[in-house]
Amino acid sequence: MSQTTSYASTSDAARHGDEPLLQVRDLKVTFKRQGEEPFVAVDGIDFDVRPGQTVGLVGESGCGKSVTSLAIMGLLPKRGNRVEGEVLFNGTDLLKLSDSDMRDRRGQELAMIFQDPLSSLNPVVPVGLQVAEVLERHKGMSRKAAMVVAREMLDKVGIPDPDRRLKDYPHQMSGGMRQRALIAIALACEPRLLIADEPTTALDVTIQAQILTLLKDLVRETGTALIMITHDLGVVAGLCDEVNVLYAGRIVERAERHPLFEQPRHPYTNGLLESIPKLEVGRGERLNPIPGSVADNLPWTSACAFAPRCLNALEVCREQTPQLEMDFGRALRCFNPVEVAR
Amino acid sequence: MTPSPDRRRFGDSKKDRIDALAQTAGSTAGGAQGGTVMTVADAGRVSGGEGQSLIASAWKRLRRNPVFLTGAAITFVFIVLAIIGPWIAPYDPVAQPLLSQVRRQTNPVPGPQPGFPLGGDDVGRDLLSRLLVGGRQTLIVGVLATLGGLFGGLTLGTLAGAIGGWVDSLVMRIVDVMLSIPGLILAVSIAAIAASPSQTTVIIAIAVVQIPIFARLLRGSMLAQRASDHVLAARALGVKPHAIVFRHMLPNSLGPVIVQATLVLATAIIEAAGLSFLGLGNPDDRQPEWGQMLGQAQNYVSDYPHLAIYPALCIIVVALGFTLMGESLREALDPKSRR
Repeated sequence: MSQTTSYASTSDAARHGDEPLLQVRDLKVTFKRQGEEPFVAVDGIDFDVRPGQTVGLVGESGCGKSVTSLAIMGLLPKRGNRVEGEVLFNGTDLLKLSDSDMRDRRGQELAMIFQDPLSSLNPVVPVGLQVAEVLERHKGMSRKAAMVVAREMLDKVGIPDPDRRLKDYPHQMSGGMRQRALIAIALACEPRLLIADEPTTALDVTIQAQILTLLKDLVRETGTALIMITHDLGVVAGLCDEVNVLYAGRIVERAERHPLFEQPRHPYTNGLLESIPKLEVGRGERLNPIPGSVADNLPWTSACAFAPRCLNALEVCREQTPQLEMDFGRALRCFNPVEVAR
Repeated sequence: MTPSPDRRRFGDSKKDRIDALAQTAGSTAGGAQGGTVMTVADAGRVSGGEGQSLIASAWKRLRRNPVFLTGAAITFVFIVLAIIGPWIAPYDPVAQPLLSQVRRQTNPVPGPQPGFPLGGDDVGRDLLSRLLVGGRQTLIVGVLATLGGLFGGLTLGTLAGAIGGWVDSLVMRIVDVMLSIPGLILAVSIAAIAASPSQTTVIIAIAVVQIPIFARLLRGSMLAQRASDHVLAARALGVKPHAIVFRHMLPNSLGPVIVQATLVLATAIIEAAGLSFLGLGNPDDRQPEWGQMLGQAQNYVSDYPHLAIYPALCIIVVALGFTLMGESLREALDPKSRR
């Protein structure tokens, strides 16, 4: 419980913090395929990230989490995709930057960690050199100076015997160590924003906890803002100051961590929390999954996309599009939210 | 992978075979991903132990593979002979110690005799010496032609795979046109364009024939690399495009190309012999070369077949050596054949 209080204080600090570092405004990503209807993967997302804040993007597969992060980083292929809206980073719209300006910022001011640590490392280059490469690229360091910093970084992310590990190839490392190495690479230039796209999904549960603690510590230490993309509510509970729940490309609920977990208002958030197995429940008790799958979605343009799977669905849910409305410090997109328990 | 290179049918086109081979490069990444499942399972062990690289495990299997060992032994002996040949040859390949025995009508080719185990050729030169020395020219032609093809193929393949778009289409259509012409005919046409045939024209002709194979192979594995996670991760770090191509994509795409190069060495030697046989090789026989010796033996092949058989055997054995080595390398490096 003592841990929880420390979280509350960081989220307080973040709340009273300065101007937002990142403002995502009405971000919309459309995939265009020849001979097919354009598919709207991200449908008008707004959120802010303040310096030092940890923001979660939560949702099931295909809800647009990863596409949002790739759009912020400018990594979506130009062909066949349309990205609209604004991504203001420190006041600059990243979507309007030229390719080379954006390249200068990537790795330097914003960095990203990917899901699979083995395939995200270059298999033919020693890990130390991969850390050094970023430093040489953005800080203009010599190979020698960069290797010194690379050693420090490996040490900092808790890789034992960093001198030897500098020369190791990715395949010589364990899964957890590879993810640590990736974190070292991402944080080498001390970016102001780190996007972690399901950083623990490919890892063993025990290693997951280590990596999350590491991320939490590093983020607090360096004041880096973190966007945590995950489908795992456990990760969110341990790490995020603010949580955005995504469904079918739109934010359906946004709240600070404690209110969200104590009293989820959107039926989808509620369903996600209900579907987590609980230890205190007796034997033989069944899990409460959310019925149906993403394939049952209605288009947001004419209804609530979640309505076909929603236990609280009303007539109006299938006829009108709910708007994201503020309600006691939380944003909610629902006609018939879960009642507040008294 | 439907047309597996192992079970390739007779009707498969050259293109399909190259593409199938290129896919093995893509599946190197796939195999590596399969490996993650294992590492996740033992991720609890922080020390992790020594991982086994693709090359290390390939070598472990190659060491005990008789096919590879045979190929490697032949190749090794051939290379050693090509280097020391002139020193161990009993006679100067240009000297004509048996000239006095040559009779245009009765005895055009001196037979084997003490001191000359294989006898002489039609101008009285020692056949054994010429075979021993000829290996060097054959090796030079094979290696230079392969390197030339490799260089051209790497350039075109990198252009196509790295830039993509219309450059890719243009390069690959050119490559398709080249692939559609049978190799030897293309080589003959190129060699015939040259005013006077020489060693260099043979090398160039054969190199050009090999270019499309390498280009297509490299382009295929470059495309697989371009879609890979580590290239995306490198882009996310702001690595510049040329560094992504040369530091991240190219080194990871070279595996199948190098394997193909050992196979192409064999083809290049055979095609060089073919060109020499057709009279498009080096006409200067003061530097003996197996293909050229084979070509000159044509006049006597009905009465003195051994003149043709010895150089032909040399070519066959050497080509077999390179092929055995290349095929077992390819198998060893193909993650699908790993047990």
